[in-house]
Amino acid sequence: MSGKDKIAIFPSRGAQTLMKHRLAGAQKGHGLLKKKADALQMRFRSILKKIIDTKVLMGDVMKEAAFSLAEAKFATGDFNQVVLQNVTKAQIKVRSKKDNVAGVNLPVFESYQDGSDTYELAGLARGGQQLGKLKKNYQKAVTLLVELASLQTSFITLDKVIKVTNRRVNAIEHVIIPRIERTLAYIISELDELEREEFYRLKKIQDKKKIARGKAEAAKAAYREKNEQEPSNLIAEEDDDIMF
Amino acid sequence: MAIAAAKGRLIAVIGDEDTCVGFLLGGIGEMNKNRQPNFMVVDKNTSISEVEDCFKRFLKRDDIDIILINQNVAEMIRHVIDNHNEPIPAVLEIPSKDHPYDASKDSILRRAKGMFSAEDTK
Repeated sequence: MSGKDKIAIFPSRGAQTLMKHRLAGAQKGHGLLKKKADALQMRFRSILKKIIDTKVLMGDVMKEAAFSLAEAKFATGDFNQVVLQNVTKAQIKVRSKKDNVAGVNLPVFESYQDGSDTYELAGLARGGQQLGKLKKNYQKAVTLLVELASLQTSFITLDKVIKVTNRRVNAIEHVIIPRIERTLAYIISELDELEREEFYRLKKIQDKKKIARGKAEAAKAAYREKNEQEPSNLIAEEDDDIMF
Repeated sequence: MAIAAAKGRLIAVIGDEDTCVGFLLGGIGEMNKNRQPNFMVVDKNTSISEVEDCFKRFLKRDDIDIILINQNVAEMIRHVIDNHNEPIPAVLEIPSKDHPYDASKDSILRRAKGMFSAEDTK
């Protein structure tokens, strides 16, 4: 893995403050992204629940619709080909809107009626009621399916976005922040090292100075000793004389 | 967004005759200028490659937002459906008259599996 890698930067006080700011920024970003991921996750769960409910409902609605188709066929006779051949314009269309969740645009479909019913006259001869019921059932199914489609689209979109967000959160948490921390530790150790070096150097200079001072002192003492011989001698000599 | 909202999109159907007829009566069928319908009737003589081509054609059309497909037909071209990862058009698997709905085969629910606990799925 990343191991010991760190940002290539010269260890100095300036770089240290820079890194500190970057660390603070990364932590802030991590927190914000985590919040975003949580918000998305929450939405995701609720959508998932709705999808499951709607899928179950869809099964029932489709069953009812298929049943009414059979009923209508029984009443009217086979009208499959007539219907299939007489397609012109769609009566139910879909409009998409955008729903914003934590900065993610989720498409929401909405069905609406547009134009008149192409099969208005279908079932005029007989079985009109069954056909009317059939149309209503299938329209209900379409509405439900449109709803389900928007849920499903949101599901896919959210799934993608959550993956990306989680990847970012993990990248910041496990790569970027440790790297900045390592860099900081490196800078601090390097600065400490420099400081120790400096301290040692000062000590060394002090030592040297001390030695030099000692030497000077010794020389001075030696010199003094050499030069002070006479005065002491003088005093010693004079002492006798004075005492005498 | 305004452009997308202004123009109504279509719902496409791929399925057996009864499913198609039902949804057409529901009012979703449309012939475009080139006499291309937005539905496809799959019967026992339809080959898998035909279904696949049709599905791909629907995916490419920009006036289709939702594709409804019978689950037994979806099963035939499962690989194509699984490859389709875009949110739009949304591919919806619906039960057909003679094939009951099997939730475990649904591509979305399969993806969702493991995210919900056992009591959610029932």
